Amino acid sequence: MPYLPNTEDNQREMLAKIGVESLEELFNDVPARYRFPELKLPAAVSEMEVLNELYALALKNSSTGCFATFLGAGAYNHFVPSAIPYLASRGEFLTAYTPYQPEVSQGTLQAIFEYQSMIAEITGMEVVNASHYDGATSMAEAAIMAINVSNGKRKKILVSPSVHPQYRQVLRSYIPGEQVIITGDEDLNTGLGDLKAMLDKDTACLIVQNPNFFGDLLEVDELADSVHAAGALLVVVAVPVMSLGLLKPPGEYGADIVVAEGQPFGGGLNFGGPYLGIFAAREQFVRKMPGRLVGETTDQEGRRGYVLTLSTREQHIRREKATSNICTNQGLLALMAAMYLGYMGKSGLRAVAEQCYHKAHYAAEQIGKLDGFRVINSGPFFNEFTVQCPKPVPEINEALLKKGILGGYDLEQDYPLAKNQMLLCVTEMNTRKQIDWLVETLKSI
Amino acid sequence: MWLNSEPLIFEMSSPGRKAYTLPNLDVPPSAFPEGYIREDLKLPEVSELEFVRHYTHLSQKNYSIDTVFYPLGSCTMKYNPKVHEKAASIEGLSQVHPLQPPHTVQGSLELMYNLQEALKEISGFAGVSLQPAAGAHGEFAGVLIMRAYHASRGDTKRTRVLVPDSAHGTNPATSAMSGFIVVQIPSDSRGNVDLEALKRECDDTVVGLMLTNPNTLGLFEEHVLEVCEAVHACGGLMYGDGANLNALLGIARPGDLGFDVMHFNLHKTFTTPHGGGGPGSGPVGVSAQLAPFLPGPIVGRDGNQYVLEVPEKSIGRLKAFHGNYGMFIRAYTYIRMQGPDGLRAVSDNAVLNANYLKALVTPHFPVAVERTCMHEFVVHGDIAGTDVRALDVSKRLIDYGHHPPTNYFPLIVHDALMIEPTETESKETLDAFADALVKIAEEARTDSELLHSAPHTTPVSRLDEVKAARSPVLCYKG
Repeated sequence: MPYLPNTEDNQREMLAKIGVESLEELFNDVPARYRFPELKLPAAVSEMEVLNELYALALKNSSTGCFATFLGAGAYNHFVPSAIPYLASRGEFLTAYTPYQPEVSQGTLQAIFEYQSMIAEITGMEVVNASHYDGATSMAEAAIMAINVSNGKRKKILVSPSVHPQYRQVLRSYIPGEQVIITGDEDLNTGLGDLKAMLDKDTACLIVQNPNFFGDLLEVDELADSVHAAGALLVVVAVPVMSLGLLKPPGEYGADIVVAEGQPFGGGLNFGGPYLGIFAAREQFVRKMPGRLVGETTDQEGRRGYVLTLSTREQHIRREKATSNICTNQGLLALMAAMYLGYMGKSGLRAVAEQCYHKAHYAAEQIGKLDGFRVINSGPFFNEFTVQCPKPVPEINEALLKKGILGGYDLEQDYPLAKNQMLLCVTEMNTRKQIDWLVETLKSI
Repeated sequence: MWLNSEPLIFEMSSPGRKAYTLPNLDVPPSAFPEGYIREDLKLPEVSELEFVRHYTHLSQKNYSIDTVFYPLGSCTMKYNPKVHEKAASIEGLSQVHPLQPPHTVQGSLELMYNLQEALKEISGFAGVSLQPAAGAHGEFAGVLIMRAYHASRGDTKRTRVLVPDSAHGTNPATSAMSGFIVVQIPSDSRGNVDLEALKRECDDTVVGLMLTNPNTLGLFEEHVLEVCEAVHACGGLMYGDGANLNALLGIARPGDLGFDVMHFNLHKTFTTPHGGGGPGSGPVGVSAQLAPFLPGPIVGRDGNQYVLEVPEKSIGRLKAFHGNYGMFIRAYTYIRMQGPDGLRAVSDNAVLNANYLKALVTPHFPVAVERTCMHEFVVHGDIAGTDVRALDVSKRLIDYGHHPPTNYFPLIVHDALMIEPTETESKETLDAFADALVKIAEEARTDSELLHSAPHTTPVSRLDEVKAARSPVLCYKG
């Protein structure tokens, strides 16, 4: 049996010390008729065999390595510098638990403190927690926090229809029932002006995505003023998060809570997980925040050190009165994001974001010139944009796949009016050659 | 351990220094829109070598399974096999976009399908969704499923969730988050749910009971069948907290015992690494009557094709995309390499190791409840006749090169030390740990100050947590 050190001699000695005759005797408390069921699972295989099975499964996939990838919509194909997985897979990081014993967890604690600091900088916010499961669950927890900030008095969540459709689904699953009203996204044409008009004294928060799901950059001037005038909070979903390397941070235009999907910062695509839920807020709300926080302090000799702090908000202390039930989060992904931001640094993050911007605009310009195709975004965008196509998107994507191209997201799946509209994403990973190949292939369709 | 102080990466920064390289921009640049562009980005600037040393030094300030014994109760800190990391980084499995057309991801879907099936077989449940990202997320799914089930029957007066006083904090927090009232059920003198107290609370307002079995005292619930019967008799559902499933592989299936819904912790039982706080993975399993309510999508089969399907009355989506897939690859690899006999041996040896360690430790530290334990046990960590508390013992264990057990939990045991050795530790390691505890008990009587001021061998000594909370410094201010 793999990984089990006890020999038969060991087992005999140990059973003798315990004072029982057999292993079976240890399980006498289990009802006899259900004890020791036969598990109908395939017999064990060796390491070599299991790897061969997995390689065979991998061959049934077409990975993004096989394609020129232009698919985004919440999961992004970015370069991961080699040093990051190398360091993040060190056993001391990988095989440690949540840092409950700070004296032997300073590595994890300081790394999370650095993560909190870097995310605060790029979002323009003051406090950042140690992570949620992904961007969607961060957003749902932000809505719950907004209700809690009003001490439960405000029971309306306004959400823009141009927030990622899956994020809005998660929001509704997280807050079931009649007590809280989630509204604003029923009519898919509802714009920012309409949402502002829906703000009232019952509104806990307005949730917008910037850049929005179609790629547009929002006109955020005075948005926060309107929200605050109604006594509500402004929640900004900063997806794709790489845009923060170039664009004004949400803190600068008045956001109260910023959430994002941190996967682009050093996490791979991994078929959708594990990803990283970024959660940042204004300092005044810190005691209503969900999740773990790391704070700086000193030890008995006055040396600087880090601890988990303000944990009276959390489930292991506060039980049913906690701000959230979250316990295990995405610690390793937060570490990797901190590493990515530290490695790319001041100029590198900006450089990646600029490349995404320029390449996407080059692609949009070329596609816009094709007969039958039209770029719908009328204002500025970052690295995703919506294209009106002459044929149904699945049909186009099948044709692209045959030419080695992973095409864009079919918006009609979520927005029935977006007939034949495709959301395309371009990152620093897409070479000019790939973009030209995409344009040429679209032309031939 | 790396004992020197390590600066923050911001403090190592030198203007103009960089670690990264990027290809030259190969398209003509476009103008940036006015009014949208940020002015500054105060991120560090370091070389690659400085970067590598910084994170290497930080890593060396951690205790981890790879470096020391880590008997953290209810956390199942067993060895994390290295093949799992290789498996999860196979390019064809990992570099896959979650929104690719299903026919281009048949390998990933097949793996997920096989994992769903294996978890069903191990637990005795009829349906599994892999979507929840951690234990508490799986609990949330489970409670929402119970809620939806009652609602679908028009049974709307059920608002109370029963939770034993020994439960993990996530149980009451999850119930409250789902809009329910939490009712605490006391434990009896043998560490079981107090059956009479439970029956008194069972009525037509009960959503269900959330039960951890084995419980947080490490004890198998002796009246589990009666407990299930009492809850079912009043129309409630049985929720199983799967945190302690490592004791039950091939020993008993929660579905057979009468549980209706349970979450798995792949990062505990199926040994995906904890990563200093996550990612975990918390699939949820349910009985046939609850299967239509599972969070979706889940993986189904349509002829020879694997497809993503949303169950008929699904509680909806609890996460973007499909769950913590990277953890699925690791857990699947583990199940394949263990096989049915290996899984049974895992639980046999986990329970053997716990009972052996308990036999060594309890003459010096009284056990909370004297019974044969399952995969873990709880002792009182204070030393009679001294002012030494469980925390002091824990901190002193660090000096002996062991990670402390879980402290002060479960809440019903004063000065609790909750010890879970796991099956991957050798007898020699258990002996050394027990020896350390015996020595510490002696030290408590001869030189208690040594314990109060412990640990002495770490990069920092005990930290001022009051100061951290009173005037929080939560990020670098420059």
